[in-house]
Amino acid sequence: MKNFKADFPIFSQTDAVYLDNAATAQRPQQVLDAAEAFYQRHNANPLRGLYALGMEATEDYEAARARVASFINAPSANNIIFTRNATESINLVAYSYALNNLCADDDILVTIDAHHSNILPWQMVSRQTGAKLVYLEIQPDGSYAPEAVDAAISPRTKLAALTQISNVTGRLHDVAAIARRVHAVGGVVLVDAAQSAPHMPVDVQALDCDFLAFSGHKLLSPMGIGALYGKANLLEAMPPFLTGGEMIDSVSKFDAVYAPVPHKFEAGTVNGGGAVALHAAIDYLEGIDWETITSREDALTEECLAGMKAIPHVHILGAEDAADHHGILSFTIDDVHPHDVASILDADGICVRAGHHCALPLLTSLGIPSTARASLAFYNDEEDITRFLASLKTIRGKMGYGE
Amino acid sequence: MENKTFYNELLIEHNQHPLHKHKLDDANLVLEGVNPSCGDDIILQLKVEDDTVVDGAFEGSGCAISQASCDIMLDMIIGMHKDDALHAADTFLRMIKGEATEEEIDSLEEASVLADISHMPSRVKCAVLGWHTMSEMLEGKKSE
Repeated sequence: MKNFKADFPIFSQTDAVYLDNAATAQRPQQVLDAAEAFYQRHNANPLRGLYALGMEATEDYEAARARVASFINAPSANNIIFTRNATESINLVAYSYALNNLCADDDILVTIDAHHSNILPWQMVSRQTGAKLVYLEIQPDGSYAPEAVDAAISPRTKLAALTQISNVTGRLHDVAAIARRVHAVGGVVLVDAAQSAPHMPVDVQALDCDFLAFSGHKLLSPMGIGALYGKANLLEAMPPFLTGGEMIDSVSKFDAVYAPVPHKFEAGTVNGGGAVALHAAIDYLEGIDWETITSREDALTEECLAGMKAIPHVHILGAEDAADHHGILSFTIDDVHPHDVASILDADGICVRAGHHCALPLLTSLGIPSTARASLAFYNDEEDITRFLASLKTIRGKMGYGE
Repeated sequence: MENKTFYNELLIEHNQHPLHKHKLDDANLVLEGVNPSCGDDIILQLKVEDDTVVDGAFEGSGCAISQASCDIMLDMIIGMHKDDALHAADTFLRMIKGEATEEEIDSLEEASVLADISHMPSRVKCAVLGWHTMSEMLEGKKSE
């Protein structure tokens, strides 16, 4: 098995066991080099400079857009808008599409296992348009019951905000099947792929979603670059989200003609270095190949889950089967608060998330105030799992409780 | 496995067997303190007569640090004049910021075991929740 950690400079700086990949990934040298190369060799303001350097910067930036398009099988680079992150991508759709197309007669389908970034924008749209939020609830294994899907979709469903993989349960949802149902009643579908895009192939045409959002920073890239995919007819009809520099064709004192898609949605100086680094991250990830990545992540998840199940008083949220977790293992330990769990693991050099994971509606519906969460990536290894499990075993004892 | 955490015996004892975690029926000051980001939640109840804290208790839920810190605080301030309790809170908060002298830290008795929290910025809010809540109550800013 290749030692992927050797590609990630941070692992030569620390012997920490990094199990917070669902929060943000680490970045390989290839990605850091790409960002540095952009600023050292091709830096100018993309889309503006009429000189050679400016055109290089533009070419690099637009090549990144084309690479993102091929990564998620979008028909054209013009379907891709660069944003800061998935949150901004979803907000763009909420402000620019939903506020202009929804009304009090409509329903917005949201899922109970969504991240706050795929709930709060729809609460805002609901308040402003009068559209009603309809929640799709989960079963204890993290999946949606078919009858719950039936109940959530109606002729009123104008927009469905779906989550491909839950950041708490790790459950993968069949968003293509739900999208077909929503399309049949005339609604549009947005997919939050923040947790799926780094771990599995995502194909917007196979999903037939109308919008899809993901973050670069969970996908080996720097913080501050993300993407939104949108179908061309929708993007063309939508007004700009933000207005300002380099998103226009012409401007007079009292009016403006906006640039065509996608630049209409990219007001102000763009994150050129971030886009170029995201390009390199996609090249790196696909250079490994998905089969290697998914089989390795699944094997590590299986080993980790089996070890956790063998420790008394440890409870895992969601499915029994490791294959349904996609590297995400949220857990509680009887009598020990998740923040104490995280602090004790931290003292052994192990990084996990603890809290509500920006999914309070889900935790509230499960009746759990907060959990700890270990989340894996392909560059984790067996030793990481061994060290995590060894520390996990000691926690109740350290807090004064028996085995 | 060697584990250098601040979860020492005293803190664990106060978390597992808090002396003051119950309802105080004759409290005349009650205030809820919450850390929204982590869900620590305490309802501090004090009985204050002639400017003296004659009794106190807390209810709620949260991490070991928030719960133990509140129990240790009540151990200390029950029987104290209001001004002395406020002074102790001020000393505690400065200790957590790393600004208190050794002498001042010693004056906090059991609460001094939480001094090391100053090295754990992510857990400071847990440690100070009870003390902040007590200060607000005794300063009369938000008392009910």
